[in-house]
Amino acid sequence: MPASHAAAPGASQPTETQRRSSENTIKSNTVSPDSFRIRCQNITKAYPGVVANDQISLAIRPGEIHALLGENGAGKSTLMKILYGVTAPDAGNIWFDDQPIALKSPAQARRLGIGMVFQHFSLFETLTVVENIALSLDKQQAGNLKNLAKRIETISSHYGMPVDPHRHVHSLSTGERQRVEIIRCLVQDISLLILDEPTSVLTPQEVSNLFKTLKKLATEGCSLLFISHKLQEVKALCDQATVLRQGKIAGTCDPRTTSTEAMASMMVGNQTTLGKRYRFSTGTKKTHCLEICDLTELSSSEFGTTLKEINLSIQPGEILGIAGVAGNGQKELLRFLSGEDLTSSAESIKLKGKNIGQLTPGKRRKLGVAVVPEERLGRGAVPDMSLSENGLLTGFLQNLIARGFLQRGRIHGYANRVIDQFRVKANGHGADAKSLSGGNLQKFIIGREIIQNPELLICASPTWGVDVGAANIIHEALIDLRDKGAAIIVISEDLDELFQISDRIGALCHGNLSPIKPLQHTSINEVGQWMAGVFDTEFQDEQLHSETPVKEYELS
Amino acid sequence: MRIAIERRPYDSNLMKYLSPVLAIVLTLISGGLIFMIQGQDPWAGLYTFFILPVSDSYGWSELGVKAAPVLLCAMGLSVCYRANIWNIGAEGQLLMGALIGSWAALSWMDSSSSWVLPAVLACGAIGGLLWALIPAVLKNHFNTNEILTSIMLNYIALNLLLLAVHGPLKDPHGFNFPESALFTDAVTLPIIMEGTRLHLGLILGLFAVATLWVVMARTFLGFQLKVIGLDASAGHFAGYQQRRLVYFSLLLCGALAGLAGISEVTGPIGQLVPSVSPGYGYAAIIVAFLGRLHPVGILLASLLMALVYMGGEMGQIDLGLPLALGSLFQGMLLFYLLACDFLISYRLRIQPSVKPMAFPDTSTGVSQ
Amino acid sequence: MDIELLTNILFAMVRTGTPLLLVALGELVCEKSGVLNLGQEGMMLMGAVVGFIAALTTGNLMLGVMMGIMAGMAMACLFGVLAIQLRANQVATGLALTIFGAGLSAYIGTDYVGQGLSGFQPFIVPLLSDIPVLGKVLFSQDALVYLSFIICIVLWLFFKFSRPGLMIKAIGESPYSATAVGLPVIPARWIALLFGGAMAGMGGAYLSLAYTPLWAEGMTAGRGWIGLALVVFASWKVERVLLGAWLFGLASIMHLVLQGMGASISSNLLATLPYLATIVVLVLLSSNQSRSRMLAPMSLGKPYHPAG
Repeated sequence: MPASHAAAPGASQPTETQRRSSENTIKSNTVSPDSFRIRCQNITKAYPGVVANDQISLAIRPGEIHALLGENGAGKSTLMKILYGVTAPDAGNIWFDDQPIALKSPAQARRLGIGMVFQHFSLFETLTVVENIALSLDKQQAGNLKNLAKRIETISSHYGMPVDPHRHVHSLSTGERQRVEIIRCLVQDISLLILDEPTSVLTPQEVSNLFKTLKKLATEGCSLLFISHKLQEVKALCDQATVLRQGKIAGTCDPRTTSTEAMASMMVGNQTTLGKRYRFSTGTKKTHCLEICDLTELSSSEFGTTLKEINLSIQPGEILGIAGVAGNGQKELLRFLSGEDLTSSAESIKLKGKNIGQLTPGKRRKLGVAVVPEERLGRGAVPDMSLSENGLLTGFLQNLIARGFLQRGRIHGYANRVIDQFRVKANGHGADAKSLSGGNLQKFIIGREIIQNPELLICASPTWGVDVGAANIIHEALIDLRDKGAAIIVISEDLDELFQISDRIGALCHGNLSPIKPLQHTSINEVGQWMAGVFDTEFQDEQLHSETPVKEYELS
Repeated sequence: MRIAIERRPYDSNLMKYLSPVLAIVLTLISGGLIFMIQGQDPWAGLYTFFILPVSDSYGWSELGVKAAPVLLCAMGLSVCYRANIWNIGAEGQLLMGALIGSWAALSWMDSSSSWVLPAVLACGAIGGLLWALIPAVLKNHFNTNEILTSIMLNYIALNLLLLAVHGPLKDPHGFNFPESALFTDAVTLPIIMEGTRLHLGLILGLFAVATLWVVMARTFLGFQLKVIGLDASAGHFAGYQQRRLVYFSLLLCGALAGLAGISEVTGPIGQLVPSVSPGYGYAAIIVAFLGRLHPVGILLASLLMALVYMGGEMGQIDLGLPLALGSLFQGMLLFYLLACDFLISYRLRIQPSVKPMAFPDTSTGVSQ
Repeated sequence: MDIELLTNILFAMVRTGTPLLLVALGELVCEKSGVLNLGQEGMMLMGAVVGFIAALTTGNLMLGVMMGIMAGMAMACLFGVLAIQLRANQVATGLALTIFGAGLSAYIGTDYVGQGLSGFQPFIVPLLSDIPVLGKVLFSQDALVYLSFIICIVLWLFFKFSRPGLMIKAIGESPYSATAVGLPVIPARWIALLFGGAMAGMGGAYLSLAYTPLWAEGMTAGRGWIGLALVVFASWKVERVLLGAWLFGLASIMHLVLQGMGASISSNLLATLPYLATIVVLVLLSSNQSRSRMLAPMSLGKPYHPAG
């Protein structure tokens, strides 16, 4: 058992790291071949209508970086919640450091030495970093805030994760917030760290820094459970991998020696269309469909991003991809384009030469603009309304209303058309939106917009959380719409997706838009640089391909 | 054995309609207990409260008289609540309708034109409408919470009413009582059934039920109101004009409540008095919820609420019970309803007491 | 205006502001934890009637206050069962609490209307009360007024320096994050809610035992609602609640001020002043949308569904 549990509150700076490393030497000495940090056997958890975990077994050695691979909905988060004491399994056993345990709460898990970094951070925005960390510790552990702040600084410099303990969390970038989450685990002297999709919110450069930290932790004896669906990252980081599919174990492998294709087929079963590039645009008209000129606007939400001098134009018949880590102005850009927020001057946004910056969303729809927002339930669709009603929500210009009265037959027909064409699995047009799975609802929402034959479609994260089959349908539909002559803007965090469907691509960082280049003339590396705010990439090609560390992006 | 609470996979439609019934039953049981505590026979108490008032046809007609203002207010409130606008101000809007309408009635009551009564009713509706305009403007343009503004306006309206009956609208020949002069026939609502006090107000209420039913169920306007009520950001995203919808629902509610007010003073009361309303505007909140914001439900609930009013009076006369017992029942009804609504999304299941995890808890023994 | 009149007005201002201060402080704590309890009026009424009956029957004023506090807490329990345990809509539950409290207090107070009681007498603090003007205004009040000062200071310290204060703020911002880091969301919300109930009960008891020692149906006259508005006015800050409560106290006694200045305005018109002031203040504070959103606890009024 780690001796560190008896850590004195407010231990002074050097002992913190010394103790950690000395303790780790002890750990590595005592590791015997059949000693495990955590081992679970036949974990089963069922929710109404779905068995989320079916007889899952898993074992992690001290100092091992273990990947838990699987698509969205494969049961990764359920297993992770069980291992962190959030949810109790219906059946199955868990051993920690070879002792049988019954995890009842996250607090108990933390006492044992299990730390967790959530995908959606559990930080309090209105409090400072040190206050946040103090709240997650016992009163004695936290000690006084001054000493705790010192411990935070020590840990953050030891692991190369710079963060100021006295900043308010709302002023931190996503990457910094993740560091706070990790440091919060480390001040508690953990021996197992669970990370839930930690890279989904980071730029490629931030990812490489995170990996350095994680590897350092592992060499010090801490075990890591790395939950992901990104194969390249798993290959680069992990020693072992367990692959989940539909709640069951689909296989285990050593990712360092297994090909990504093999892992992918374990993840998705027989479908291996992952990552196929769709056909490029066959040619655009020389007119501008949408032009954004010097769009500089404050965000309407308090912790939002200010857009700075955004300029872009898009022609009919092309897909423009906009990459970027969440929180860099994507939300704001979408709201200004949809009309949910109005620009301060009408000229900043032009649709076919007409100034639309100050038109309401309804008026923009009449001009042929359709929008698919990021949030499906609670913006894209009303959870408690039927699919028919959700079709009417934005389809009200499709001849579904006569003199103010609803034409029920036509409304149902409209919803049925969307359901058929986009193969939405639902219990008919009367099913509530909230009863659909994420992927099916997304198909419905995208279908509802595409079927209106818009001249301009603005689409945020079209396949986020959607299974491969649904993603293919959505991508095909977007490509078909483009080939019919529509202009499409896809805003997505998923670089792979953007490289599959875009004709031209750019990236947002801190409210600035990078250069926009045809897809054939750029690379994932270059777009990654843009995402980190390095827009001047023309002469850095050599640097990009070498192993030199990328310049750390300075926050303003 | 223990009782476990679990979330239903889907909301229960049955419970949606059963919950008000359950709430009524629970209120009746509690009522019986209260009668027992008061030293009354609970059956006799409940009989006096809920059966005796409607034991003859006159009683039924009185039920209509009492239900009319509650019905009008509750129909207006139901539109607001559908749109997620928490208008608590029906009471004040009703009082302002009564006040402005009475002022018009007193000014024109010597005229013999057949337009006088409609004009008076219109003034009442406009009075309520203008009063509702205040929270609407404040909500739309100053982002002010309508709950607090509308309730404050209730208190202000009551004081303005008192001011009027003590001052400008006081009957000069009324021995200094705080009351207006009695209204003439020209400004009195016609009786719709001989030998009763049933007046045109009830017809107006039923008309509101029918119209709003169609509006809410069959028109795009009703659809938009429902959307912004369920999910304002979806409504905004789809391009619905939130502000217009806020104006529509609040002003409609104000007009209906104002109509309720002027129908009371030109109907059963016959003059402007300080006690125009025994809290109809507040009772209408309960009615709107109890009726599930559905016109038919509201119609039934308003009859029940009228019965509670009559039962309270009957209990006071026959059994010497405090008049406040009626308002206590109203409060209980809403409470039980909210509690029963829990069963729409959740269900209780009796579980045998078998522990799902069968190994020892070592959480305390790990740091040995 | 002479100095004596000014002193009297300020004295009455503090006195009138005290019930508002008590109820608003309670609701402030409650809202900080993310619970919006609109039932203040109902809890105050119950505190007033129960406190009055207890004091009248036992002859012990402090016991009356204690019973008033208990009544407020009992009402808060009802709210908690519905809104915290059964996850009912907090707005609707608060309204129900007000309607129910009005009905229940009227019912149990029926026999006590019109009865009199000798209420709390001023307790003159030695030495301090000799300070000109302030001595009379702040140190010649009754015990409950002093208690309200003490609670103010304690709460200010609580939120500024204590760990539980930090916890309540965190829970009010995001109960889900709070659960994730292992903070006791439900117990903390219950404690905050019960504290709110106790304070509203005390505020009610202050009315029926000190301010106007009698019971009358609906005697709080919207003070619970004004207390709610005060929390908004104060931007969820303890020190500003104190200021706000006294300002509203002043608005409620404008007739004294105007009489002092020799003006004569209808009493009904003057009675609308505190309500008007509430609206004006709400408008001024809420018109800056992003600012008011920053200040309010982020999860205020939203039901919390723990996982599982």
